[in-house]
Amino acid sequence: MGVIFNILMRNHPSTLAAATTGPLQGRSHGLLLALFCLLVPFLCFLFWKQHQPPPVASEHGAGIDLMINYLLAAVGGLLLVGHAILAWFVWRFSRQDRVTFRLATVRTEWKWALVPVVLMLLVAEGGVLVFGVPVWKKFYVAKAPANALTVEVTGQQFVWHFRYPGKDGLFGRTHVKFIDDDNVLGLDPTDAAGRDDLIVNGQLRLPVNRPVRLRLRSKDVLHGFFLPSQRVRQDIVPGMLIEVWFVPNQAGQFEILCTELCGLGHHMMRGLLQVMPEREFEQWLNQNHS
Amino acid sequence: MQMELTQTSGLSGGTSSALERNQGSDANPPWALSTGELALWAFLATVTMLFAAFASAYLVRRTGADWQPIDLPGILWFNTMVLLSSSGTMELARRRRERFNGWLAITTWLGIIFFVGQGLGWRQLAAHGVYLSTNPQGSFFYVLTGLHGLHLAGGILFLGHALNRAARAHSDGRDDAALHGVATYWHFLAALWIGLLVLLSAL
Amino acid sequence: MIPTPIGNATPHATGFWRRYIFSADHKVIGIQYYLTAMAMALVAGALALLMRIQLTWPGIRLSWLGKLFPAGMPGGVMTPEFYLSLITMHGTLMVFFVISLALVSGFGNYLIPIQIGARDMAYPFLNMLSFWLVVPACLIMLGSFFVEGGAAAAGWTAYPPLSALPQAVPGSGWGQTLWLLAMALFIVSFTMGGLNYVTTILNLRTKGMSMMRLPLTVWTLFFAAVLGLLTFPALTAAAIMLLFDRHFGTSFFVPGGLFVGGEIVPHEGGTPLLWQHLFWFLGHPEVYVLLLPAVGMTFDVLAAFTRKPVFGYRLVVISLIVLTALSVVVWGHHMFVSGMSPYLGEFFTIGTMLITVPSAVIGLCLIASLWGGCLRLTTPMLFAIGVIALFGTGGFGGIFLGNATSDIFLHGSYFVVGHFHFMIGGVTLFAMFAATYFWFPKMFGRSMNERLGRIHFWLSLIGFYGMFLGMHFLGLNGLPRRYYAFTQFEILKPLQGMHLWISISSFLFAAASFLFLFNFFWSLARGSRAARNPWEATTLEWTVRSPPPHGNWEAEPPQVHRWAYEYSAPDAARDFTPQTVEPDGAMAPK
Ligand code: HEM
Ligand SMILES: [Cu+2]
Ligand SMILES: [Cu+2]
Repeated sequence: MGVIFNILMRNHPSTLAAATTGPLQGRSHGLLLALFCLLVPFLCFLFWKQHQPPPVASEHGAGIDLMINYLLAAVGGLLLVGHAILAWFVWRFSRQDRVTFRLATVRTEWKWALVPVVLMLLVAEGGVLVFGVPVWKKFYVAKAPANALTVEVTGQQFVWHFRYPGKDGLFGRTHVKFIDDDNVLGLDPTDAAGRDDLIVNGQLRLPVNRPVRLRLRSKDVLHGFFLPSQRVRQDIVPGMLIEVWFVPNQAGQFEILCTELCGLGHHMMRGLLQVMPEREFEQWLNQNHS
Repeated sequence: MQMELTQTSGLSGGTSSALERNQGSDANPPWALSTGELALWAFLATVTMLFAAFASAYLVRRTGADWQPIDLPGILWFNTMVLLSSSGTMELARRRRERFNGWLAITTWLGIIFFVGQGLGWRQLAAHGVYLSTNPQGSFFYVLTGLHGLHLAGGILFLGHALNRAARAHSDGRDDAALHGVATYWHFLAALWIGLLVLLSAL
Repeated sequence: MIPTPIGNATPHATGFWRRYIFSADHKVIGIQYYLTAMAMALVAGALALLMRIQLTWPGIRLSWLGKLFPAGMPGGVMTPEFYLSLITMHGTLMVFFVISLALVSGFGNYLIPIQIGARDMAYPFLNMLSFWLVVPACLIMLGSFFVEGGAAAAGWTAYPPLSALPQAVPGSGWGQTLWLLAMALFIVSFTMGGLNYVTTILNLRTKGMSMMRLPLTVWTLFFAAVLGLLTFPALTAAAIMLLFDRHFGTSFFVPGGLFVGGEIVPHEGGTPLLWQHLFWFLGHPEVYVLLLPAVGMTFDVLAAFTRKPVFGYRLVVISLIVLTALSVVVWGHHMFVSGMSPYLGEFFTIGTMLITVPSAVIGLCLIASLWGGCLRLTTPMLFAIGVIALFGTGGFGGIFLGNATSDIFLHGSYFVVGHFHFMIGGVTLFAMFAATYFWFPKMFGRSMNERLGRIHFWLSLIGFYGMFLGMHFLGLNGLPRRYYAFTQFEILKPLQGMHLWISISSFLFAAASFLFLFNFFWSLARGSRAARNPWEATTLEWTVRSPPPHGNWEAEPPQVHRWAYEYSAPDAARDFTPQTVEPDGAMAPK
């Protein structure tokens, strides 16, 4: 113990020369650091092999995946090249004893500055303009088609409520003063439109391949409505009614997560999404409306 | 990489690098602000940002469904006149150089009148049933006037300090930086108040 | 207080209290800030380890901690609300009370006057006041753990209504109020500091020290100060309004019709998004406040250990200007899925992709600074190279998040956690370590131990990548941040494996940090004596003795004759020429 301590603490350099000669010369660090730099993109690749978004299950989701995959390829490429250059520089220039290049001329500087400028404009700005904005427009700016099914999603600490408008296609009015244990959403009993509203707790059933418009509301604090497989994520803001729409195109059962901090049960605010064939869905709806 | 390798010739002679040739101006060119002025302007910049943040909050919030304009207390118009005239007297004070700067004293008193007047404004508003949380515009009114009042109270202290300094500057014949500083600050407060008044009454 | 062009060093203070505690000397204040940051880092780091332990072994019992936090960890098992307090306090402390304090306030105070040739800051008393305001801010923050309901629990972003309504989460009781008060004190203090920085840098430069001769450290601190002055007021305004909502019944942020904890909330009409806009108007520039000085110091270290000038000094200065300007118009990239208008989303995504341009130019300059150099791989240099690597990876991650379309999937996930730890955690910490090893001899007149330093570097590097590289991919897999446990969702369970590795890495990183602390304090007492200029560097601080005397310059303040990076000048006798050497090289350094 004491020996190790002594070895560590011996030869305590206090000048540049002492810190860079003899056993502390540091060339091996250059090689190691270069290897480490090369390891990073490789590690990223390994991680990526194991960790990718779940298989996409919605129409616009393919566009989001294209965006992400483009970035993974383009930025991943830059990451690889960048680390290779850094590794090379560190290795190469840690083994020379004198400066071989000192100062660039103004012209050289500007010339080299063009490289990151052009790269970023192409990869980052170009990427978002070409692949990103159209998908963004489709997901957010475009209105849902007329045949879309409308469902209301209400976030509450720490459960999800889903409301279907019923045969009349209208949601009944709600007000906070009507909320009680039997009327979790505060439906106004005097509003006829609300009589046939169907409220389901925790589970969202949707028909496959039909556009669905979600009206997102919160009873209390912010929540985040996240359907990983459908690539749908939208914060829910109390006091606002936010609409998103998408087309689930894979039947199956999925999980709904909350991704905006909403309190101590945030991590267990789980919902289920059941995407089913249209027939089955209609059947279920009819059964429950009576 | 095709940077010019070992291109080190003649650099410090100053042929290729403007940086190395740069002779370095004197630290304080004649047009530069004094340190005190600089600090004051930087301070005014952050205060401006503070009120700009509130103003943008106000503009966002007023689109809310529950927004109802309130009737501003009448005394505000009187207060505004007081503050504007104090800005005028401040300017007169700034140009004076006497042992006892009378205009400065008047400015200080006008400032105090404004301050008290704003307090009366709060009372008037409360008498009309508008309290801090009654109404969103009312909330903004109290917060913004309160914050302006705080800065103004600081200004009044600053004025007192300047009065003191002016006397001393006079006796040893120097230019009085504090006087110029407080004048800038005071005009700023007046302009800020006009801005707030426009915000609160017209928008 | 008559301003002189060389700064206002107060008369030499005598007596322990005036000299070390209530000192107005910028160097003492800088060190005070640094040590405060170090203490806060211990706390914030311990909180992070607790979080890692909980995430890796959910529900584990740590009886001894139950004694310290009887409410948060009853019987030693962490409650969810305590986890939320942990993330909130960890984030807040790290951003504002560790990195800001160490880099901007600590090194900023220490280095600005001495690197520009001033005797002190423009307003030394204000400077002292600013430090002594931060101390109560720290104490209030820490104390908030022990009030009823525990510390604030709405995240460091403190989004209302969660942060506005005490019944919404236990930490929104007194904890949140104290959080707001401490932040207010911090902002006042930081504003005082900013005023000092801006005036000092603009007006107290010594003869010959033109702006284009400033070391990049000073340039970056200048922009950090400007950004701080212009953007912190937004948080001040927001904090005032939130306090009013919490305690005086106003409705700036809290909308009507809410039903929380079984009760109707008596507010009407507020807009929660307003807070987010105000918060991020500060929040985004704040990351540049942390990042820019880190980069500036890295440049200075790089120049000294490549023995050549940095690449593209002008480019860096121009990029800094562009970056500063753009950084106040991109805040909305934190709000793509917040419910903000999608048109604004488009605007902010285009703006954010633009800001990658100056960032990448700075990245290029960092990396190209190595080209042709003769690298001396000392500890500070190793950390500086680490900064380059982290800056690259962190920056590339940002491209995914600033892109509105991919952010739909990545927002609020561990990708974000990985990304911002690389940027404001990694770049800043590594730069801080580089700066510490580099300027320690100047600050204390002794050198830090080189061997321990290098071990520290390698453990930190491996630990850091082990912690945060993989997190990007957990996020790519959909793992949400701010979760107390990942046990409730089928899709998250398969991801549990990586958490063990992340936690092991975090222990490694923590161990390395203790090595650093040991080295720091051991060297303070036992390190070998350092000369004036142990690294053979060019900037002004190296021309005075170590540690420098009060007032910095023994006789007249120095006159500057050249820029800050005169390394390996062709006809100079040695491979470095201090800024004070006259053009013909007649005056050799002492
Ligand atoms: C040194 C080791 C560190 C570890 C092990 C660590 C770990 C963590 C963990 C586990 C989280 C919470 C993730 C979640 O549940 O969402 C977190 C959040 C955070 N960390 Fe760190 N961190 C470290 C250093 C830093 C540093 C240096 C900074 C500097 C700025 C920092 C800033 C933050 C911020 C801002 C958050 C977000 C808090 C929030 O969600 O409100 N961390 N960190
Ligand atoms: Cu939640
Ligand atoms: Cu940002």
